[in-house]
Amino acid sequence: MKILVCISKVPDTTTKIAFTDNNTKFNSDKVQFIMNPYDEWYALVRACELKEKHGGSVTVINVGGADNEQIIRRALAIGADDAVRIDAEPQDSFFVAEAIAAYAADKGFDFILTGKETIDYNGSVVAGMLAGLLNWPFISLAVSLEVEGNTATLEREISGGKEKLQVNTPFVASASKGMAEARIPNIRGITAARTKPLTVIAPGNATALTTIKSYKLPAEKTGVKLISADHPEQLIDLLHNEAKVI
Amino acid sequence: MYKDLYQHPDYYQLDELLTDEHKLIRDTVRQYVKKSLSPIIEDYAQRAEFPTHIVKELADIGAFGPSIPAEYGGGGLDYISYGIIMQELERCDSGVRSTASVQGSLVMYPIYKFGSEMQRRKYLPKLGSGEFLGCFGLTEPDHGSNPAGMITNIKDAGDHVILNGAKMWISNSPFADVAVVWAKDEAGDIRGLIVERGMEGFTTPETKGKWSLRASATGELVFDNVKVPKENIFPEVKGLKGPLTCLSSARYGIAWGALGAAMDCYDSALRYSKERIQFERPIGQFQLTQKKLAEMITEITKSQLMVWRLGVLMNEGRATPAQISMAKRNSVEVALNIAREARQIHGGMGITGEYSIMRHMMNLESVVTYEGTHDIHLLITGMDITGLNAFK
Repeated sequence: MKILVCISKVPDTTTKIAFTDNNTKFNSDKVQFIMNPYDEWYALVRACELKEKHGGSVTVINVGGADNEQIIRRALAIGADDAVRIDAEPQDSFFVAEAIAAYAADKGFDFILTGKETIDYNGSVVAGMLAGLLNWPFISLAVSLEVEGNTATLEREISGGKEKLQVNTPFVASASKGMAEARIPNIRGITAARTKPLTVIAPGNATALTTIKSYKLPAEKTGVKLISADHPEQLIDLLHNEAKVI
Repeated sequence: MYKDLYQHPDYYQLDELLTDEHKLIRDTVRQYVKKSLSPIIEDYAQRAEFPTHIVKELADIGAFGPSIPAEYGGGGLDYISYGIIMQELERCDSGVRSTASVQGSLVMYPIYKFGSEMQRRKYLPKLGSGEFLGCFGLTEPDHGSNPAGMITNIKDAGDHVILNGAKMWISNSPFADVAVVWAKDEAGDIRGLIVERGMEGFTTPETKGKWSLRASATGELVFDNVKVPKENIFPEVKGLKGPLTCLSSARYGIAWGALGAAMDCYDSALRYSKERIQFERPIGQFQLTQKKLAEMITEITKSQLMVWRLGVLMNEGRATPAQISMAKRNSVEVALNIAREARQIHGGMGITGEYSIMRHMMNLESVVTYEGTHDIHLLITGMDITGLNAFK
């Protein structure tokens, strides 16, 4: 079983978000970066579990500069066998999908996993675009994945319940919470990662289809107003006249 | 449910001095601590109980003997990695760090450094995997800062030696499977030997009633005519060089570790100062609170630079025991002062188990005393710079 897992680098969840260049660029100064949790906790770990069960290999792929190798090493420490870094700044989702599709098209992967979204730009579209470019089936928001031979069984959470579906390999799926339990890499895994291959390739002819005009932060949260339980009419009044939500 | 909100202070962007692997190791230990140790440690400390299940967990993440080569069950890492691991563990609790540093620096390290190949193969993999817990017997009831005066001794009895004496203040002893013990032979030379639980005449009574390192087991090692095979004696090393070499390695770990406790106290105090409202404003807005916090981060930053540089020297094999003494002494003093100031910022809450401050403060009273007292390390620095020995 040959699995490709797409991993992204995102700001740590505690990062204070700010922008530069007239609000057109994310200010990465002093920002700690991590592997996108949906990619790591669910897509990568499930891929490693399936490899451990069925044999085969897990390759991780990332589009980004050399400073992304920190998260790539983490993926190798968790259990991926090798890694590919496409040496380019990711410009938009299509750029990333096209670069990965160009690499993956002729490598014989049984399936490709991504997280359901990245926690920075929340695009949620790379996996779908990738499937489109490869002309493979796409299953979004999967919460479980089992593979037997050439057939995969996945579950998706849908409104009010779950959907179970089957698909033949090759396919692309995006992983949601529930697909696996996060793993903490141990130090033996970290040292083993030293010698695992990390190949750097050029992005080919990947193109961006969108440009950022500006970013805007949400309005700052205001203080909480406490209403005595004895005076619910005050709450109704505030919701009516101040928040204007009822 | 308890939530560990710790965020690492890095005022001078010292992370840039670390490799990706160092940061990966730090993330690993920090994640383990936040997930598995922080939620339980206060309870174990309150009950003065050693959480025995963490021995296997610490082994699984690779906290035992990180700088011992992998072929003997260690991690094969550099000394900065070792320091980082100790720092992350002591950020949680000095007792947990003590368990790991005794196992790595005081048990695995001497077996690796001074042991025969047979001893290495027999003990190191089991110690690295947590199957065995080890302890280190140097200090005696009447010989603490002056270990050369020890009275524990071995007498030749053919294919074995007879060990008599007692060791005190021994971390891990009540649960240890093996003890690295230092004793004088008939020629008066200090020798190291490996004593196994179950050897007749060997007991490990627990030290009760501690107000410090309550989540770590401390005890005695009592040897009453214990027959120890000669193959358990370290073949080459004689004299105080043996135990002092181990202590240098452990003290290096403490220099990093104690800063972990300091950073936890600072982080908690900083957060609390922004949340606690008095006189209609957060107490962090008051000058006296800011003075405390500003001095804390200044001392932490200076000490972070010191231990990082010491780590580089350790990696290059150039760190001297006196340099290690200076860093151990400095880090523990900084941590103790910060714990005290942080406790004040937390007000009454600072004395409860809701926060880690008081536990750190009490733990650090052991750390400032063990592995060379605060005063002894000062005199080592004094001797190093003057060339004059204040001990004799």
